[in-house]
Amino acid sequence: MADALHTLSAAELGRRLAAGTLTSRALCEALIARYQAVNDKVGAFTHLDQADVLAQAEASDARRKAGQSRGPLEGIPVAIKDNIAVKGHPLTCSSKMLAPLVSPYDSHVAERLRAAGAILYGRLNMDEFAMGSSTENSAIRKTFNPWDLARIPGGSSGGSAAALAAGLVPLSLGSDTGGSIRQPASHCGVVGLKPTYGLISRFGLVAFASSLDQIGPMARSIEDCELLLNALASADARDMTCFGPSDRALTPSGDAKKLRIGIPKGFLGKGVAPEVAAAVNAAVEFYRAQGCAISEVELPSADLAVPTYYVVATAEASSNLGRYDGVRYGHRSASAGTPVEMMTASRSEGFGPEVKRRILLGTFVLSAGYADAYYVRALRARAKIRAEYLAALAGVDVLLTPTVPTPAFKVGEKASDPLQLYLEDIFTIPANLAGLPAISVPCGKSGHLPVGFHLVGAPLSEAKLLAAGRLFEAAHGFAHQQAAL
Amino acid sequence: MSNAPSDWEVVIGLEVHVQLHTRAKVFASSPWGFGKEPNEQVDPVVLGLPGTLPVVNREAVEKSILFGLVVGASVPEHCSWDRKNYFYPDNPKNYQLTQKDFPVVVGGQVEIELPGASRNVMGEHKFIRIHHAHLEEDVGKLSHAGSGSLVDYNRAGVPLLEIVTEPDLRSSAEAEAFLRSLVAMLTQAGVADCDMEKGQLRCDCNVSIRRRGAEKLGTRTETKNLNSISSVRDTVIYETARQIRELEAGRSITQETRGWNAELTRGYVLRDKEDAHDYRYFPDPDIPTLKISRETVARLAKLVPENLYDRQRRYIEKLGLPYTAASVLVNDRALAEWFELAVAAHPANPSGIANLVANDLLRDLAASAGAIDDSGITPVSLASCPIKPAQLAGLVKLTDDGVISKQQAKEVFAEMFKSGQDAAAIVDAKGLRQNSDTGELEKIVQEVIADPAVAKSIAEYRAGNEKAINALKGPIMKRTQGKANPVLIDQLLRKFLG
Repeated sequence: MADALHTLSAAELGRRLAAGTLTSRALCEALIARYQAVNDKVGAFTHLDQADVLAQAEASDARRKAGQSRGPLEGIPVAIKDNIAVKGHPLTCSSKMLAPLVSPYDSHVAERLRAAGAILYGRLNMDEFAMGSSTENSAIRKTFNPWDLARIPGGSSGGSAAALAAGLVPLSLGSDTGGSIRQPASHCGVVGLKPTYGLISRFGLVAFASSLDQIGPMARSIEDCELLLNALASADARDMTCFGPSDRALTPSGDAKKLRIGIPKGFLGKGVAPEVAAAVNAAVEFYRAQGCAISEVELPSADLAVPTYYVVATAEASSNLGRYDGVRYGHRSASAGTPVEMMTASRSEGFGPEVKRRILLGTFVLSAGYADAYYVRALRARAKIRAEYLAALAGVDVLLTPTVPTPAFKVGEKASDPLQLYLEDIFTIPANLAGLPAISVPCGKSGHLPVGFHLVGAPLSEAKLLAAGRLFEAAHGFAHQQAAL
Repeated sequence: MSNAPSDWEVVIGLEVHVQLHTRAKVFASSPWGFGKEPNEQVDPVVLGLPGTLPVVNREAVEKSILFGLVVGASVPEHCSWDRKNYFYPDNPKNYQLTQKDFPVVVGGQVEIELPGASRNVMGEHKFIRIHHAHLEEDVGKLSHAGSGSLVDYNRAGVPLLEIVTEPDLRSSAEAEAFLRSLVAMLTQAGVADCDMEKGQLRCDCNVSIRRRGAEKLGTRTETKNLNSISSVRDTVIYETARQIRELEAGRSITQETRGWNAELTRGYVLRDKEDAHDYRYFPDPDIPTLKISRETVARLAKLVPENLYDRQRRYIEKLGLPYTAASVLVNDRALAEWFELAVAAHPANPSGIANLVANDLLRDLAASAGAIDDSGITPVSLASCPIKPAQLAGLVKLTDDGVISKQQAKEVFAEMFKSGQDAAAIVDAKGLRQNSDTGELEKIVQEVIADPAVAKSIAEYRAGNEKAINALKGPIMKRTQGKANPVLIDQLLRKFLG
């Protein structure tokens, strides 16, 4: 039975742990065996301290034995994207710049997971500083799509999605600035939720673009995603932009068959691959058949989203990444002259090309003489996009689109064309600009490659997104799917 | 004192950086204070570790608002923070959180008093407008040791209120008076300690000159990082003279940033306009716009102490104090309040109390504490003062009632400062109580007058020699062991000899 543990959902593992038919130690041993068998192929993890994992598992088993289980996540491993601080674990953001760094403190979500009894399980690969859509920008290793090892898993939370699809771990944390949870979830056939901005504390999340970044849960089913979301969401005084969950529990509620679903006009024409369009249209027809009201909605400023995002995100990033200078921690150049020369050399050596590209772009759009033309205008466009989304969501409960226009591409295919790569996020970016919750739900295949649809809701409507996802998931065979490796 | 020859006018604006009196740093919970080992007062937020976020310290915001209320500024409904981006090792995030567009204090004014013709004469008063004040974070300290550099982040993140004046100051004396007044207001409201020895107040000084009567401002220079009032004064004098020299030689003034060497009392160029930084300001996305509730403002308004010069006017006009004493008392809020407690215990003679406080008490306190510092604030601790206000009032009352003489009062005061005892107890213990028993004294006076030994003096007095009466007082004092009330004796002698 042990060799099948990696295929089970977190909810099922939780039931077995609670029933006493499974120990956390046995579970972790099975997952470590799985890690040893497949991680080299997939490259999802950049670090796994097996002794630490087993020690945590034993502590969990001891708590359970003593009748002190901390809840449904007790003893369940959760793997963590390498831009979320866990005390004593590496915090590299898959960058040479931070490769020597071990975090001296816990992020808020790490504290929440400890409080829930979860096992903080390893570090997941990502695009350097979460900048990318393929995980090819990692300075540490490549990650491959478990469904086709010649293809990218998506990004920047590529390790988080690939680890789930490869059965390396039942739950993972990602972060999402423009689609970095949802796009890899779609490419790897798993569920990924980007919560409402402010629902989950960013304390301990290495900032890429502070006004857009959110940590979110990733899993192989809606039920598991919901389990993890409930463990993470809570107010935190250390993040002034975090207000935590409202009184409404973040569990699916209401009758999903009564949901009003809006289809943004023209979205399916935007370079969407026919197989993707077919799978998403089939999902729309499913909801219609269930009794949901389907209507077309107008989002006239949607075309502004990608350029707006690349101004706002890079502007914030150029400032956020200023602190990596080799003075206090991280990579320090050996060719030290004056302190300022040392800082310049450390940054030149420590950052990869995509990070440098975005720092340069962000520095430019904030510069005297250009800020009004770029940054200030982008803020206006952002406000307009948010207003249009909120207006549309006043008339419908959720907006449904593909998550990504095309299935996962081949490793290296778009490496020389960053602008083409930026279009991977065309459907996901608006939710970040508007601070709205959004989810990617697996809905089919294009050949052997997974396809997901994308739902966006009003602020704090996570329960509706989960309910819609559950309705679909219950009627289809896409949950719990894993690639054969 | 004027720095400029009469045909030139100097125009000065100051940017005063004040470390606020708070327990924690402005965006982190780490405490701060002077004299700790390097990098002892840091935490992940102060060091800008990846993933850390700023949280605005409510106490720092409230102290800033309190300053605004002290100078009569309008307190805005909202304030927000911006990032000022520049690379330097003392700046842990390589951006500084500051308030560019929506500062916590807008407007206001500071009343100043210029030196009078002498110490006893009040000088001219003026109002200096405040443009705004913004709350930002201090940076660390970089020092060079041998072939390397060392950086200490204890100071990084210390709350710094930058107070920016309008260009209203017209001389070094006005700049000095402004800073003294500002320091008094900040310390009296508990906003800041302003200890310049500890770098708690630092100034950037903008100076330009123009022909007297001209409206257009001249090109200004900014001298940065002046850490004492005397450095500001010297900078204004130096910079005024330099600019006049340049213009009179037919050259022009370059808009530039300058440094100051306090030991050589000389300025030097740091960088000119072309080298000015592009700080790429933008709103900090980690700190939401802060709403300042009117309830908070109303609560803080109750903490605003009486204005220094309002208090001085009240002392002079209502309590009848001489300027000299009033000006000393109002400089120190604790001292003024101490004085007022004493007056409350003996309202009949505020001047008598003021004299003892401003002269005797301050002298003895200073002798037991230390010298007067650069800010003009007397660093005396009234908390450890052995005399309580009511006790001092008691001493003045004993004098006023004629129980002891003014001369004896000095002796009693010294004893009170030593022992903390009540004046009356000391008077009794030392047997200093004056004899004011008219009946008893009348008898003694009559006996002395009857003594043939003084007949000559009596004759002289009666012949018109006023001073001759003093010869009779000695024997009377001798008979009363010096306890006779001298005023009463004088009256009785005149009555019987009249």
